[in-house]
Amino acid sequence: MTGSPIDPSKSPALMRGLTQSRMSRRALLRGAGMGAGAIALSSLLAACGIQGTQKAGGSTGGAVTDWTKYWADHKKTGTLNFANWPLYIDQDDSGKSASLAAFTKKTGIKVNYKEVIQDNPSFYAKISPLLKGDQSIGYDLMVITNGWEFTELLNNGWLVQLDQTKIPNFKANADRTVLSPAYDPGAAHSMVWQTGFTGLAYNEKLTGGPITSFADLADPKFKGKIGMFSDTSELGNAALLAVGVEPTNATQADFQKARDWLEKVKPNIAKFYDQGYTDALQNGDIWISQAWSGDIYQVQAGGHEEIKYVTPKEGQMMWHDNMCIPITAEHPVDALTWMDYYYQPDVAGVIEDYVNYVCPVPAAKDYILNTIKDPDVANSPLVFPSTEELGQSHEFYVYKGRSDYDKWQDVFNPIVQS
Amino acid sequence: MTAVDTSAMTLPPAPVRGRRFARYATPYLLGGVGSLWLIVLFLIPLISQLLVSLMTGNIDQGYQLTWNWSVYRDIFVGADVNYLLFLGRSLLFGATATIITIVVAYPVAYFLAFRASARWKNGLLLLIMLSFFVSFIIRTNMWVFLLGGQGPVLSFLRNLHLVGADAHVLGTAGAVIGGMAYNDLAFMVLPIYVALERIDPRLFEAAQDLYGNQRAVFFRTTLPLSRSGIFAGILLVFIDTVGDPVNPSLLGGQSTYTLGQAIQNVYLTQQEYNVAAALSTIMMIALGIILFAYARVFGTDNIEDLV
Repeated sequence: MTGSPIDPSKSPALMRGLTQSRMSRRALLRGAGMGAGAIALSSLLAACGIQGTQKAGGSTGGAVTDWTKYWADHKKTGTLNFANWPLYIDQDDSGKSASLAAFTKKTGIKVNYKEVIQDNPSFYAKISPLLKGDQSIGYDLMVITNGWEFTELLNNGWLVQLDQTKIPNFKANADRTVLSPAYDPGAAHSMVWQTGFTGLAYNEKLTGGPITSFADLADPKFKGKIGMFSDTSELGNAALLAVGVEPTNATQADFQKARDWLEKVKPNIAKFYDQGYTDALQNGDIWISQAWSGDIYQVQAGGHEEIKYVTPKEGQMMWHDNMCIPITAEHPVDALTWMDYYYQPDVAGVIEDYVNYVCPVPAAKDYILNTIKDPDVANSPLVFPSTEELGQSHEFYVYKGRSDYDKWQDVFNPIVQS
Repeated sequence: MTAVDTSAMTLPPAPVRGRRFARYATPYLLGGVGSLWLIVLFLIPLISQLLVSLMTGNIDQGYQLTWNWSVYRDIFVGADVNYLLFLGRSLLFGATATIITIVVAYPVAYFLAFRASARWKNGLLLLIMLSFFVSFIIRTNMWVFLLGGQGPVLSFLRNLHLVGADAHVLGTAGAVIGGMAYNDLAFMVLPIYVALERIDPRLFEAAQDLYGNQRAVFFRTTLPLSRSGIFAGILLVFIDTVGDPVNPSLLGGQSTYTLGQAIQNVYLTQQEYNVAAALSTIMMIALGIILFAYARVFGTDNIEDLV
């Protein structure tokens, strides 16, 4: 250009622009709307349902897996992908686990250990679509708490049945409370990784005296000073204990009784926690709380002697985190090898000395006492509970199916949601 | 521009077919990326949310589309829990937090736009953004520590005998609203700042020349011209806080349960996807009505200038 105004006759582009109709804003929007409508319609047609997790015909339908053949078909591969919860295995300062290293050295199986499970519902929500589609979830071994999600995995046929001939250590060393749990009879699909207790904890400085029972929670002087768990399983089972019902035998009429008790205690409850209750106890936001034994052990070890754990007079709940093999696992033999390997006193001892929940291998106590020389852990009733403590511990209610679980939620959810 | 005498010109040669197609397609292609974004990430999820809310079934047997509109009635009539209360609470918390952010953010934005010297402006803007460098879960949890019953704030006030031994902050509606306002403050400061920054300073001079005192200049010139910034801020803050499940669950207590928490619980714990989708839809409709009403009453001016 020479700086003079553009001469349209020399500029075809400008000429076109001046003389031909252009796309109006409205036409553009109309076009876009039609395109969007077409896509919306096709997505509408495609999305006419969400597939259930159970195969058609219910859990009894479909071919029954021949487990003898399953275990004969799978061979050791030298790899194990292990999904676990954070801070749930021994670790040195650089995050390496001595027990996993020893396992690799002894068996030649390399372990990809991932701390990917934060809580049961969201982990289950992640893996269930994959399991439904017969796809690998990327892990050969996972640790799931007994509860609704575990029951779902079992009912849907998504857990591998363990080869009973390949688990001699488990048979020899497991505590009798974990040999045949109510939620998985005969431990056919799972082995306990850690057990824990749910009881009560309190801040002695603030309560001004010991707390001994669930009945204390209804005391008007603790108004607004009590914490309970927002998890309806924990909440409901504790309430069943409080009204004197054995949770594993509870009926739907008992649910209602338990709820009435919770309604009575509710004015005292400050908050329903899913996390952070130990901080709240230390800060004095709450004085008494439902609590997990292992958490309180670690709080006390951190120097807060005033926080006490107590097994209520009415009893405490006992939960289990279970190692289990998903049906689509690529390396099930390696997973089973680790499961049985864990049930040796020296292996379980090393891990227990770090994790501090309740050890499923009683013989690990001697190993921790005499070889690791850590009497604090070995003699702690929270890690190796006495027989009478175990006698006061109750298993969780096992849901009888979807409608039973829905009923439970209908009864206990309104307590948490208000 | 010089007048064009079209009669004297020769028309350019008719474009070949391919080029004509390209010309008509260009606006669509240019808008394509944005449209694709909206369709994939907004329209399809929205429609599937609507459809899921009309399904019946459960997670085991699956959900079938049965056009079950009654789910919307069941949420309000005869439900085990009072969803209407949660919705009202969510809207109240969100609205209060939004008003607080406007009151706090406006002077900040005003200072940044008109009073801060150019040398400091970027540094000060960085300070506003600085809080985003730390995860908001961690920031909220720090408030749990600071405001705890034995935490530094209450201990200090208690030692001065300004509050009683029984005083507590956590677990109250105030704590939840404060947390929301704190977390979302920057979302209000930045749009208002942008709107103020665009105002031509000569307009103030003109207003003063017309005998407007400072007060009149602000209320009749500055504030109306920054309406679009306030509206953009309200969009960002109000929508975010009404649906937020995090602040109520960390800072709240037994009587601050909100709809965001209820949706999370229904989806993850009870696994009733249809109810969760219906609750989300109800929240979107409520938000839509309120924001539309606001836009009609107060006006949004040139919102498209900002976004």
